[in-house]
Amino acid sequence: MDYYLSVATFAALNVILALGLNLISGFCGQVSLGHAAFYGLGAYAAALCSVAGLPFAVALLAGVLTAGAFGIVVGIAALRVREDFLAIVTMGVGFLFLGVVRKQDWLGAEMGIARIPSPLDKTGYALLAIGAAIALLLLSLHVRRSWMGRAFDAVAQDEDAARTIGIDVAGYKIAAFFLGTCAAGLAGGIYAHMTQLIVPDTFNFIQSITILAMVVIGGIGSSLGVVAGAVLLTLMPELFRFINDYKLLVYGALLLAVMRFSPEGLAGFVRRLTGWRPA
Amino acid sequence: MYYAELLLIGLVWGCTYALMALGLTLVYGLLRILHVAQATVFTLGAYVGLLVANHTGSLALAFVAAAFAAGVLGPLIYRLVYQPILDKPPFIALVASIGVLIAMEDGFRLMFGPYGLSFASNPWFTSTYSIGGMTLNVVQLWMVAAAVVLLSAFALFAARTRAGVAWRATVSDPAMAESFGVGVIGVRYTNFLIASVLAGIAGVLVGLLNNLVEPGMGSVISYKGLAIIVLGGLGSVPGTLVASLVLGVVESYGTVFLDKVMDRDAIAFLFLIVVLMVRPRGLLGKAH
Repeated sequence: MDYYLSVATFAALNVILALGLNLISGFCGQVSLGHAAFYGLGAYAAALCSVAGLPFAVALLAGVLTAGAFGIVVGIAALRVREDFLAIVTMGVGFLFLGVVRKQDWLGAEMGIARIPSPLDKTGYALLAIGAAIALLLLSLHVRRSWMGRAFDAVAQDEDAARTIGIDVAGYKIAAFFLGTCAAGLAGGIYAHMTQLIVPDTFNFIQSITILAMVVIGGIGSSLGVVAGAVLLTLMPELFRFINDYKLLVYGALLLAVMRFSPEGLAGFVRRLTGWRPA
Repeated sequence: MYYAELLLIGLVWGCTYALMALGLTLVYGLLRILHVAQATVFTLGAYVGLLVANHTGSLALAFVAAAFAAGVLGPLIYRLVYQPILDKPPFIALVASIGVLIAMEDGFRLMFGPYGLSFASNPWFTSTYSIGGMTLNVVQLWMVAAAVVLLSAFALFAARTRAGVAWRATVSDPAMAESFGVGVIGVRYTNFLIASVLAGIAGVLVGLLNNLVEPGMGSVISYKGLAIIVLGGLGSVPGTLVASLVLGVVESYGTVFLDKVMDRDAIAFLFLIVVLMVRPRGLLGKAH
């Protein structure tokens, strides 16, 4: 039972991460290759608060806000650089986060932070993570239909045209980064308390790419597709134990195959098969 | 003296980066693709070079074999991965490229083991030269020599040969070049061939430099290569060369002064981010 609970929790955390990135890259069209950094920021901020004796809820909130605050900074940076430049800058943000955390003694350097207090049991974390994932999915679906979602879409399609018709491009870009990175911060906070141990390497470039893989394999821009992608990529190594040894080989090959044959991911595949476009 | 030595070491690293980044710039300049998978070509070159060197004992043969293997793999990646998705948005090719890199890196690990292999005999690694009180080993000298010779050869190729002229024409205006009878497809293959051969040779040199060839050796240098071509202003060859040397030197000094704050990779990317915030089109990039 414990095993299923922890798999379910990890699947839910991945859904949160992937939906967050989908807000930035799917809805608003800003490619980000450094999403794991915000996951890490949330985890470290929440862990520090809990170790200092603050209540769980405060720690989670601190994680969310820390990630969100840095998200705003990157959002502002995203106003200066576009497309390929932005992709490399966000990749750089990931390496910068990792490289700085690794050298900080007060963050435990390479050893990370251990013995983080754990206020909930396994069921508690599973319910919290799944609840948060569902809430974020509902928020995503709502945003997509709202005025904000349409504005995001306009920015993604053609920034200059959006600006011409009076859309506050800068504001919406920053909003997308803020929302997406807050989600990552929440996932980080839950992760830190659940595992009670965080090390820098958990939040490396491969993690960023894994989150991106979930978004892209699910179908960038489609919330339901992204949820499916995140759940699928979490369960795959669990269902097929033998994959575990070749996890990256399979991830890489899947990324390549999806880009090559169905760039719209699972969502695009479903649409072509049934004519229904997953929201 | 110490600072001069840091400068020298930084420049040697800069030459390594230049060999890697020039290929990335060529690919980007022609196809607007961030060719992360070049790391795979680099690592393949290193492994092939190492295996040939350890079996035959000849480094010259190792370089030839590495250049050949890399020269086959690069155009193959273009044909199988990039060509079918050229009309898609740019991030599609980038993600596909990352997919190739991750999968192949794991492939190298499964084939050759996770810990890496060393050269059976690496005479260049152990013999050192003193220049004005500073010590360099022979691999480092070869690294600089290889960068200077290969990059000059490329400059000559681009400036003087028919193929070079066709290449330049295609970069600046593919449609116009095609209507003047340039075989654009051939130019693309040549482009990947040059980029890959440079990467393969750089792979063997870095393998010799560390006396270690491991599955992940290409990825960080490839990520930094991307940082360099962005720094230089995407698609600008002179910008790339300047950025390579500057980044090598910045890292070299940075690891000394910022050792307590961040690691080498973080320094490189911090520098990139700061430069881009001031000059969003890179050091030598044209205005938008």
